[in-house]
Amino acid sequence: MADSVAQAAPASGETRRDFLSLVTASFAAVGVGALAWPFISSMNPARDVLALSTTDVELGPIATGSAVTVMWQGKPVFVRNRTEAEIEAARKVPLDQLKDPATDQSRVKAGKDNWLVVVGICTHLGCVPLGQKPTDPRGEYGGWFCPCHGSHYDTSGRIRKGPAPLDLAVPPYAFTGDKTIRIG
Amino acid sequence: MAIGLHKSDIKNPVANWIDQRLPVFTMIQKEYGTFPTPRNFNYFWNFGALAMINLLIMIATGIFLSMHYTAHTSMAFDSVERIMRDVNFGWLLRYVHANGASMFFIVVYIHIWRGLYYGSYKAPRELLWMLGVVIFLLMMATAFMGYVLPWGQMSFWGATVITNLFSAIPIIGQDIVIWLWGGFSVDNPTLSRFFSLHYLLPFVIFGVVFLHVAALHITGSNNPLGIEPKGPQDTLPFHPYYTAKDSVGMVAYFALFAILVFFMPNALGHPDNYIPANPLVTPPHIVPEWYFLPFYAVLRAVPDKLGGVLLMFASIAILFVLPWLDTSPVRSMRFRPLARPFLYTWLVSFFVLLYCGGKPADEPYVTISRVATAYYFLYFLVILPLLGRLERPLPLPESIARPVLRGGGPLPAGAMAKPMEKA
Amino acid sequence: MRSLRTIALAAGLLAGLGSGLAPAPARAAGEAPAPPNVRFSFDGIFGHFDYGAIQRGFAVYKQVCANCHAMHLLSYRNLRDIGLTEQQVASIAGSYQVQDGPNDEGQMFERPARPADRFKSPFANERAARAANNGAYPPDLSVISKAREGGADYLHALLTGYEDPPAGMTMMAGMNYNRYFPGHQIAMAAPLTSDGQVEYADGTKATVDQMSKDVSAFLQWAAEPEMEQRKAMGVKIVLFLTILGGLAYAVKRKVWADVH
Repeated sequence: MADSVAQAAPASGETRRDFLSLVTASFAAVGVGALAWPFISSMNPARDVLALSTTDVELGPIATGSAVTVMWQGKPVFVRNRTEAEIEAARKVPLDQLKDPATDQSRVKAGKDNWLVVVGICTHLGCVPLGQKPTDPRGEYGGWFCPCHGSHYDTSGRIRKGPAPLDLAVPPYAFTGDKTIRIG
Repeated sequence: MAIGLHKSDIKNPVANWIDQRLPVFTMIQKEYGTFPTPRNFNYFWNFGALAMINLLIMIATGIFLSMHYTAHTSMAFDSVERIMRDVNFGWLLRYVHANGASMFFIVVYIHIWRGLYYGSYKAPRELLWMLGVVIFLLMMATAFMGYVLPWGQMSFWGATVITNLFSAIPIIGQDIVIWLWGGFSVDNPTLSRFFSLHYLLPFVIFGVVFLHVAALHITGSNNPLGIEPKGPQDTLPFHPYYTAKDSVGMVAYFALFAILVFFMPNALGHPDNYIPANPLVTPPHIVPEWYFLPFYAVLRAVPDKLGGVLLMFASIAILFVLPWLDTSPVRSMRFRPLARPFLYTWLVSFFVLLYCGGKPADEPYVTISRVATAYYFLYFLVILPLLGRLERPLPLPESIARPVLRGGGPLPAGAMAKPMEKA
Repeated sequence: MRSLRTIALAAGLLAGLGSGLAPAPARAAGEAPAPPNVRFSFDGIFGHFDYGAIQRGFAVYKQVCANCHAMHLLSYRNLRDIGLTEQQVASIAGSYQVQDGPNDEGQMFERPARPADRFKSPFANERAARAANNGAYPPDLSVISKAREGGADYLHALLTGYEDPPAGMTMMAGMNYNRYFPGHQIAMAAPLTSDGQVEYADGTKATVDQMSKDVSAFLQWAAEPEMEQRKAMGVKIVLFLTILGGLAYAVKRKVWADVH
């Protein structure tokens, strides 16, 4: 009866069952794996956050010698329209005098040397340096001064004095027109 | 073996090391691997496992949704829409969570039906049953609070109507309502605390489910015949037999779930909940979610406010004492041909109440609700107690194994029917 | 098997009640008839968006509806998803002034909108909207298709359902008769009255019916922008589960072969 049926052809029956179980289990595993992706992906930046991952800046209203601060990805970015004197001062500095050597030319766009765009976060411990407003102290090198621990940045945003280890970061940006840039 | 370490039979060395110090693997092997389970389960026995899966899905989607949700009246509605539009797969999380609530109640209602039909609430499973009723109540509280969170018109007005019910309590009622609200109407404090409690309760449910399964593993499962397994010939190890069978049920459950989520995600909801909550404009018909409709119908069937509240709670509370109301020594309705039609009629009355709960409180629905409510309580309070003593049940089979191996059904005519199994 | 019969019975009961389950829609005294079914491209399991219609619908919203109705849940960048180019979106956004600030002086100021900004609302808040509309509030249209029984069919029916009131019916002051609006008295005057009211960039003839269909399609997209991805995923998943179900059942039968 039932017993004898169960005993007949055990080998092929079992292999068939094992293969079938394997296929079924793999199918199910694919399904379960696919289940995980939406959860993980939902933690990535959402579409509205991504929409703010670039910031467009109009340069027209920024007069020579003045600067604006814009927000980009939640961080302040300094956009300064430098005077000839400021550019010259930056270019005269020998590289061996710099803690984090970088030429001024490498920190701006060719043909648009007067525009300096740097992330306004001190590379020491993250304060926002002063120097954007005409009334702010600019430190000994005419750029920015961080009041938290006394870091001085020059007119190219490079660290010259104080505990900060690196120059102010230059974010990715591009000119989208003669007087407009897109940061990020 | 050092004193205090568990003697483990687990083969894998790493698992063995863990098992000696905390015998989780032994426990899983015993409770889910080799656990002797009646061999004659039908697919109604899938629904407990499905409920567990559903609970895990609700917790997972809920946690990820709460990463993006803001529980403030000025932002709640918009934060849900942000989830739908901007969060990657946010619409999927939201629709799975919302329809998962409906699936949870579908699964649990069928699970309860199984208990009612096969007498799973009877001795020695009374505590198991009562823990189940506790889980059901916690589910209802969780679902109620969860529905308030999107802060739509139905969220707000449903919360207002249901919390106002507590004002029916004499003397202290109004104070209780103000305490529940955290203010003088449903407002931001209410929303905040509902969010907090909605996040908490599923974990309480999880704990009670643990007790529920633990209690089950003491008495062992019931089965369609309602007679106790007599030995290994009546049972099968849970794995692979019921892991395989539960998998089939699981795929069917996911298929239904998927059809809801992907093709009709708002079918079980109410359009008014896509209107932001407005305390100055009451919707023409305030309707709770479908799974509350039978109890809503009971509430509205009674003309007196306090009476309606009491009867509504009684319609669930009565389940607690069901093991003692049903006096029959026979568990399964399969062998109770007199009681069975009454139970089916009870099922019909449940659906009638569900239907009427979604209709306006006018005639003929009020009268129909009253008749259905009357029968609902009559079944538990009068019919079951009486029938238990008056009914002549069909003779019970000798054992689980014998009808299965011999082609099923009770013993052939002429054979001595065994005396009534002590329930 | 008996249990299968019981499940079938329960399923039948459930399915039968499925229609009755749909909660009583917001219909007051003066039952409005069900809106006639419009064959929209997005209906059904394989529904898809007709982006041409949706772009036309956006033109209708922008030129007609946006004067009173906000859609604050949409951002200008969302219009990329219905086929508008980055330049088109930037120029549409730029044509609106939105409030920003406070600036360094603590003042709020106006600036041209950017693609990341939300659609500009015609009124500052609900009270202002009511004041400008005789106490009636033109609802925000972001999810209106999901907020009304009948969805896009209802929206189309409403927009084409303005007629003269039947003989003997008294209209309240300032109200308009609409066949499909619950209660039949709607504060909004017919917004689409003449052919060619909106000029379509693609040359489609802008009849009242055409404009109503197009704006309904636009509003459906606005309420459910994820629809195509959702249905496509659903087809794949149900297909996957059907195959997996067959496999799982085969495994079950194999496992149980020596028992049955």
